[in-house]
Amino acid sequence: MNFNLTKTQELFRQMIREFAEKEVKPLAAEIDEQERFPAETVKKMAELGIFGIPVPTQYGGAGGDNLMYSIAIEELSRACATTGVVVSAHTSLCVAPIMEHGTEEQKMKYLPKLASGEWIGAFGLTEPNAGTDAAGQQTTAVLDGEEWVLNGNKIFITNAGPAHVYIVIAMTDKSLKTKGISAFIVEAGTPGFEIGKKELKMGIRGSATAELIFNNCRIPKGNLLGKIGGGFPIAMKTLDGGRIGIAAQALGIAQAALDETVKYTKERKQFGKAIGQFQNTQFQMADLKTKVEAARLLVRSAAFKKDSGVPYSPDAAMAKLFAAETAMEVTTKAVQFHGGYGYTREYPVERMMRDAKITEIYEGTSEVQRMVIAANLYK
Amino acid sequence: MDKSAYKHVYVFVEQRDGVIQPVAFELLGKARDLADALGEKVVALFPGYQIANSCQTLIEHGADEVICIDNAQLKDYLTEQYVQVITQVIEEYKPSILLLGATTIGRDLGPRLAARITTGLTADCTKLEISEDRELWSTRPAFGGNLMATIVNSTHRPQMSTVRPGVMQKREADATRKGEIINLEPKLDESKFKVRLIETVKEDKGKVDITEAKILVSGGRGIGCKENFEKLEQLAGVLDAEVSTSRAMVDAGIMPHDRQVGQTGKTVRPNLYFAMGISGAIQHLAGMEESDFIVAINKDKFAPIFQVSDLGIVGDVNKIVPLLTERLAQELKK
Amino acid sequence: MKIVVCIKQVPDTTEIKINPVTGTLIRDGVPSIMNPDDKGALEMALRLKDQYGAHVTVITMGPPQADLILREAFAMGADRAILLTDRRFAGADTLATSNALAGALRTMDFDIVFAGRQAIDGDTAQVGPEMAEHLGLPQVSYVVDLNVKNENTVIVKKETEDGYQMLEADTPCVLTVLASANKARYMSVSGIVNAYNREVEIWTADSIDVDESKLGLKGSPTKVQKSFAKGLKQAGEVYEVDAEEAVGIIISKLKEKFII
Repeated sequence: MNFNLTKTQELFRQMIREFAEKEVKPLAAEIDEQERFPAETVKKMAELGIFGIPVPTQYGGAGGDNLMYSIAIEELSRACATTGVVVSAHTSLCVAPIMEHGTEEQKMKYLPKLASGEWIGAFGLTEPNAGTDAAGQQTTAVLDGEEWVLNGNKIFITNAGPAHVYIVIAMTDKSLKTKGISAFIVEAGTPGFEIGKKELKMGIRGSATAELIFNNCRIPKGNLLGKIGGGFPIAMKTLDGGRIGIAAQALGIAQAALDETVKYTKERKQFGKAIGQFQNTQFQMADLKTKVEAARLLVRSAAFKKDSGVPYSPDAAMAKLFAAETAMEVTTKAVQFHGGYGYTREYPVERMMRDAKITEIYEGTSEVQRMVIAANLYK
Repeated sequence: MDKSAYKHVYVFVEQRDGVIQPVAFELLGKARDLADALGEKVVALFPGYQIANSCQTLIEHGADEVICIDNAQLKDYLTEQYVQVITQVIEEYKPSILLLGATTIGRDLGPRLAARITTGLTADCTKLEISEDRELWSTRPAFGGNLMATIVNSTHRPQMSTVRPGVMQKREADATRKGEIINLEPKLDESKFKVRLIETVKEDKGKVDITEAKILVSGGRGIGCKENFEKLEQLAGVLDAEVSTSRAMVDAGIMPHDRQVGQTGKTVRPNLYFAMGISGAIQHLAGMEESDFIVAINKDKFAPIFQVSDLGIVGDVNKIVPLLTERLAQELKK
Repeated sequence: MKIVVCIKQVPDTTEIKINPVTGTLIRDGVPSIMNPDDKGALEMALRLKDQYGAHVTVITMGPPQADLILREAFAMGADRAILLTDRRFAGADTLATSNALAGALRTMDFDIVFAGRQAIDGDTAQVGPEMAEHLGLPQVSYVVDLNVKNENTVIVKKETEDGYQMLEADTPCVLTVLASANKARYMSVSGIVNAYNREVEIWTADSIDVDESKLGLKGSPTKVQKSFAKGLKQAGEVYEVDAEEAVGIIISKLKEKFII
């Protein structure tokens, strides 16, 4: 048993923290305010290889592990949750399924460009009538000669617009229910594929969230990912991995809010002393710190299991559930500790509170996580 | 080594384009104190080209002797040329102490020289004194200014130190002082000259990042308008300082964001921070309370800024600033 | 083209705090970093690697933990790393340190030696020029830019108080670089993944070409007589006076503190 990061992971943490502090944090308030995709940061991250952390070197990646990847998302999100989710959606939801389910040809075609960050990835599963109940897919894919023809809409898709490659889940045979669902790789610019309305959101406002519209969109037959009818397990496995990313994002937000609050309560004086000197403050902060550390252990344990090649689905669900709820609790209390200032945009905790909320919702709501955990408990 | 063979306090007189730099006069002032404590002489070591006319002023500022090395090869500072002539002086005259300014020239020359003659060098001293056993004690800041260390070199001679400009006090010129001027013929080995000066460019460095500035003149709500900020610019000009501000002035569009000090701006740590008409909201204090010396001027005597300031003035900042600018300009001209 | 870059591991002095009760430095928990000017020097060297395929060796003298900055240098793109570590180096002042580094460099082949101008824990700016002297090589300090003129000559830009100088230096030479010369690259992710798979060469006093009497405490002319913290900060005096008097107080206080 060893709870320490390896020297390599520690060196990586040092780099990503410095990068986040110097390059990401200064833009966090601005991209939130302007609801702007951080294209300049994406370019810098691409140069360092941040878009290909767990991708093997033969596919142009860095050859790192999922623990390093989770550290990256935590540290980026500690500076800016938007930036964290850009990398998380790309890596967990697009790169990972191609890596795990793609043919050699698909891997050679897509992974080098995705790992280098030349291309950004996205994942389309959610539909207006298929959210938590992902089995109710209405987007269809029909084989017509050498091409698949896609029709339907996907909503709330992270990185929609900036992304070049989309993993799209669609029904290939409705009669088979979940066994009639398949996964496809769709490139931006394919005729019949358009980006629809961009969502205006409460938090992570710099991330691009939009609708994907498929209208007789024809893609090559070879762009089927995995087997026909194998889409549902691919989607579920993809979300398992994604949950580690979102759990790390929530952890980063929680840590940031905790850091800000420690700083503030050391400086802010009321009734003649720093508010951090009051036992009420200290006891609450002690509880929050404990939860943040517990969340970190859950996140790292899930990432470690994924790296070890053992089943990690309930671990990822527990990590996400706990980290997301911790993020919400820490950020809400952080705003409270900051008082009136905390409610203003002069201090970053209000943004963190808005950003935290989504971690309880996307890539499986907290309720879905409880379902996953319980299902594993009673199987 | 026979330390008794080494005598007198030498000052390297730095000139640029023939103009003696202020730090040379400051060093002569300090050297005078040290030499008096030792009962020895102050010697000005003055390399350059067409500088003979400037030797007398060194005597007026405290030198007993001037060793003038006037040679076309020494017109501009170049490491090897200067190291050769100063080594020649050290070997012939055997100084006990050699002081240099901690300028880009002194900090290039000093270590090269120390290595050539094998002696110790203490950099960027803020205090020099003679100990009871007649050694030079040099005190300097370390660890980013968090720690002061007193350094001695009791085994090698000369004892060398560089001193930051502006730290020591120069003496008023005394036209009645008498001294000796020695003209020294340099022995230069040109085969060692491997660096050539192509050009020297003076440039108005313009605005420095406020986190890099040694002195900041920071204006807040009490300054009020753009016109009054121009007065702060004038004060900053006199002090070679930068102008910074608080959040209120940035939000009001009076100052740009890159000048903002505080939680949402930059954290600064200058040697001197003027908080002009800044009340000291917690978010501002977070960005500047580590400054070495804080002068606050505010009309509200209960302003929180006075809890972190080293010197507080309760008064009208817009009256005080122009007066301060004028008086400082006179003071620094001296 | 062969380049050697001298780097140093230093405590991040911006993170050092003073204990409010004892007035002493709190060094616990202060991160160790690659000295910023040295990082500028390494970046300048790596740009020559990008441009001309230069081979870049990094060398540091320090305790075994200094291995960390060599791994960092690998992850930034350095080709070879040497750790000079030996109890016989301990207690070195700048002169003894420069003798040790010069001793190592004497056994190596290079066109340019880069070093940072100064380290943030000592701020002396002495090791680079002293090392150059021991090696008998030309030096330029305060370097902010560099161009290769030909095989035997470089053109460097040296920062001065009121502008800059352009200088031409014969190689081999020693250049000391400012952190502000460039924006040093971050370690790359793949560089980090490989950093610990590579070999850091460990050199001792026996590996280098220098008289042992010039090393460590024995080779150090300067000694620390005493050291003390600068003292604590508390609210200063507040004067409620007219403008004329206020200006007088400010100026005399600034003079007293040697700020002007």
